Amino acid sequence: MSSHSTLDVHPLYGIMAEFATAGELVAAARKTHEAGFRKFDAYTPVPLHELDDAMDLHDNRVSLFTLIGAILGGSGGFTLASWISAKALPLNIGGRPLISIPMFIPVTFECTILIAGLTAAISMIMLNGLPLPYHPVFNVERFGAASKSKFFLCIETDDPKFDHAATVKFLESLNPEEVAEVAR
Amino acid sequence: MTTTEQSYAMSPQLADTVKKYQQTSAFVGLVFLALTISGYFFVGAQQFLRAYLVGCFFWFGAGIGCLGLLMVHLVTGGAWGMMIRRPLEAGTKTLYVMWLAFLPLLLMAPKLYLWADPAHAADKIVQAKALYLNMPFFWLRWVIYGAVWLGLTTLLNKWSKLEDETKSTDYSKKLEALSAPGIVAFFLTITFASVDFLMSLDPTWASTIYGFMQAVGAGLTALALIIAVLAMMTKYAPMDHAVTKKHLHDLGKLMFAFVMLWAYLNFSQLLIIWSGNLPQEITWYIRRLNGGWEWVSLSLLLLHFALPFALLLSQSLKRNANTISRIAIFIVCIRVVDLIWLVEPNFTSVDHPLLAISWLDLTAPIGFGGLWLALFFRALPERPLLPLGAPDLQKALNHGRDH
Repeated sequence: MSSHSTLDVHPLYGIMAEFATAGELVAAARKTHEAGFRKFDAYTPVPLHELDDAMDLHDNRVSLFTLIGAILGGSGGFTLASWISAKALPLNIGGRPLISIPMFIPVTFECTILIAGLTAAISMIMLNGLPLPYHPVFNVERFGAASKSKFFLCIETDDPKFDHAATVKFLESLNPEEVAEVAR
Repeated sequence: MTTTEQSYAMSPQLADTVKKYQQTSAFVGLVFLALTISGYFFVGAQQFLRAYLVGCFFWFGAGIGCLGLLMVHLVTGGAWGMMIRRPLEAGTKTLYVMWLAFLPLLLMAPKLYLWADPAHAADKIVQAKALYLNMPFFWLRWVIYGAVWLGLTTLLNKWSKLEDETKSTDYSKKLEALSAPGIVAFFLTITFASVDFLMSLDPTWASTIYGFMQAVGAGLTALALIIAVLAMMTKYAPMDHAVTKKHLHDLGKLMFAFVMLWAYLNFSQLLIIWSGNLPQEITWYIRRLNGGWEWVSLSLLLLHFALPFALLLSQSLKRNANTISRIAIFIVCIRVVDLIWLVEPNFTSVDHPLLAISWLDLTAPIGFGGLWLALFFRALPERPLLPLGAPDLQKALNHGRDH
């Protein structure tokens, strides 16, 4: 990047505000959503469950995929155990039925957890768009603090309501510690 | 926003509702206990005692479960416990009566417990276990349980009251310091008590996981009851603005964990006994998986585990006061079936098991339930609905609000 700092030289990704506390960020995110912005994101050093509500995020696809994974894993585990014991290698163990349900529950349970856990992790990573080698927010020098102590909110230029001067003014009205422009 | 400056006393509307609940429970309790006692004469002493044991042990479980949850909260903290601490304390106060309620079982033990019946004194298995299963020691253990349960209840409630009045953290520390060894004493006493009153119904059979199963069952009963009460209170001041969806969500998750733990423990016992298939162990399941009892076992699997499990997976059902309270009340009802299933099949023949329950098995739990709830709703309004002197109260109130 060149050292030009005027607005119209580099393509702009968005405007970013920096907050000192989680509470301020959640309040700011709520106001941003209420002001009609939709393409914005919050960056925090710790997970904040309140943000889902403040930003009105309702993407529950990970839960759905996990449930599907759990059902497939459970039925797969049970089918595998039944197939081995009744079809592939039938063994009479102490006169119990070949499909001895209680004995198959641990396998069924473990397969449920395994596949559900893997589905949850993989679908979370993929829905987050990871791996992502480049993200513009890192162009702001102070953004490194997002993994330590500071809380950031970035309104993107893609937002239909985005207007450079008005957005800067709006973010400044939220009492941030600093407002910065993010190069694309 | 809420502040700790408030008194959190019951609003008049809530006080009226609680009073109504208390009177209805007391009336229902008296009528059904009277019906149950009439069964002693009309149905027979042993059937009466079997049903009495179901009702008495179930509602004793609700009280002791409150004590266990209260101590876990006092040791670990957490916003979920702050909201239900007062209902839990009110629940522990029922233990004075529920402990005394064991008396008829002790007085008439030979009619209920085979090992106490002189006619079976010569049985080898009874003689082999006589060192533990004998009447004087049975009485002594009951006295020890009482000392532990009522001692803990009295001290925890006394210090909690002083914590409120003085706002001194000395009492908060004392409560915490007593609860840690209290939890150990809780598990030891409830293990021995469930061996004494439930497992010894069949002196030929033993399971080492049994006591823990009863502790978890009691915890689930207590938690479900308290969730239902809390959900009812969220419709009235001052709890309407104190309890957030996040609190209900946390309590719902805890109930979910208890449902799974109950299933896990019951299944562990079944798996081990099924694998071993030993004559001295399998009889317990033969009685419960034949002659009609298999349908009760199946309904426990479906209604005590699968259905609550599926419902409690949903986040929105846990966050809504109406739905979580309905699930909780359903769990309390199915818990009674679990108790009947633990007690009644012990009296059926292992060669020809037969599902036979008496109307007394229903009147006794309802009767004791009325009594328990009347005691509970009498104790609940005595104190502010939130622990005003607890150091983390403000933090707990802010749980689930962003500011």
